[in-house]
Amino acid sequence: MRRPGQGRQNRRMRSLLAHPSYHAGVRAGVPVAVAGFVLGISFGVLSEPVVGPVAAIVMSAIVFAGSAQFGAVAVLAAGGDVVAAVAVLLNARYVPMGIALAPSLSGGPLRRALIGQGMVDFSWAAAAREGGSFDWRFMLGATTPAYPSWVGGTAIGVLAGDLVGDPETLGLDAIFPAFFLALLLSGEASAGRRAVVAALLGGAIALALVPWAPPGVPVIAACVAALIGLDHAARRRPGALSGGKAG
Amino acid sequence: MSDVWITVGLLALTSLAIRASGPIALGGRELGRSASAVIELLAPALLAALIVVQTVGGPDGLDVDARIAGVAAAAGVLTWRRSAMLAAIALAALVTTSVRALT
Repeated sequence: MRRPGQGRQNRRMRSLLAHPSYHAGVRAGVPVAVAGFVLGISFGVLSEPVVGPVAAIVMSAIVFAGSAQFGAVAVLAAGGDVVAAVAVLLNARYVPMGIALAPSLSGGPLRRALIGQGMVDFSWAAAAREGGSFDWRFMLGATTPAYPSWVGGTAIGVLAGDLVGDPETLGLDAIFPAFFLALLLSGEASAGRRAVVAALLGGAIALALVPWAPPGVPVIAACVAALIGLDHAARRRPGALSGGKAG
Repeated sequence: MSDVWITVGLLALTSLAIRASGPIALGGRELGRSASAVIELLAPALLAALIVVQTVGGPDGLDVDARIAGVAAAAGVLTWRRSAMLAAIALAALVTTSVRALT
């Protein structure tokens, strides 16, 4: 039986898939999905001896968060029992990321929560537009190719791990930082002097914390750098002489 | 085996809840001037932190290795030409694997 509103949902889905922003996102996401595929293979190779073949693949399919998955498996392999804490820390950056995304989303809580599931570091960052808004259709498009490649890569790593070498010997672990650097240097959201200051400050905070803070904490702490925006906002109170756009 | 499945379930639930939290709490609401000014700077701050963590971070804290050379090479290419994203990424992998082979 069709639920009321289901036709509307289907129309919305069709219009999303036909939207130019979604298509642009998919195109931007394909090269990253290739890198994600290789990373998925390495996750499959690493996790299979720890959690078994089925759980490794199911984990990639329903968790879909690379850093949290690697972190959780590392804790399990070491016999630790703080898996949940590690997973929360390694995913915690999605809270500020989701808050930043939220004003660009419309519709009810369920719809917004569903769109939030499409957040991945690179697709979120690539969908950031000047002035703090987000192109959520672009984000979902960029995440689309990453999902099958992450899950498929995991499956191949699990099933054919012995045939595939260690991704680190190929230097593939340098791909994601290099990609994020390209996004940072060319992205719409990092234009302007304040963005440069926020990036330098965020990077410095992370660097200071990496040697001793638990994984995940350096990235979360770096969000504090965005607070320099408050100073700018304070100087642009209504009534102050400020014409035009923020510089 | 059941411990593993509890972990998988827990991971899935926390990831789902964390990704849903921001959009549910604040969705569709117009933010004030200060909040917008902060949110605008989240992307550059987070990206820079991710670059640092994935370049010199390891499971046990600081882990300085060949990745630094690879990412530096990518930075060189991108400084020369901002749009050369794929070339920069390919060079990062190539330089990293070369340095690893030599050291």
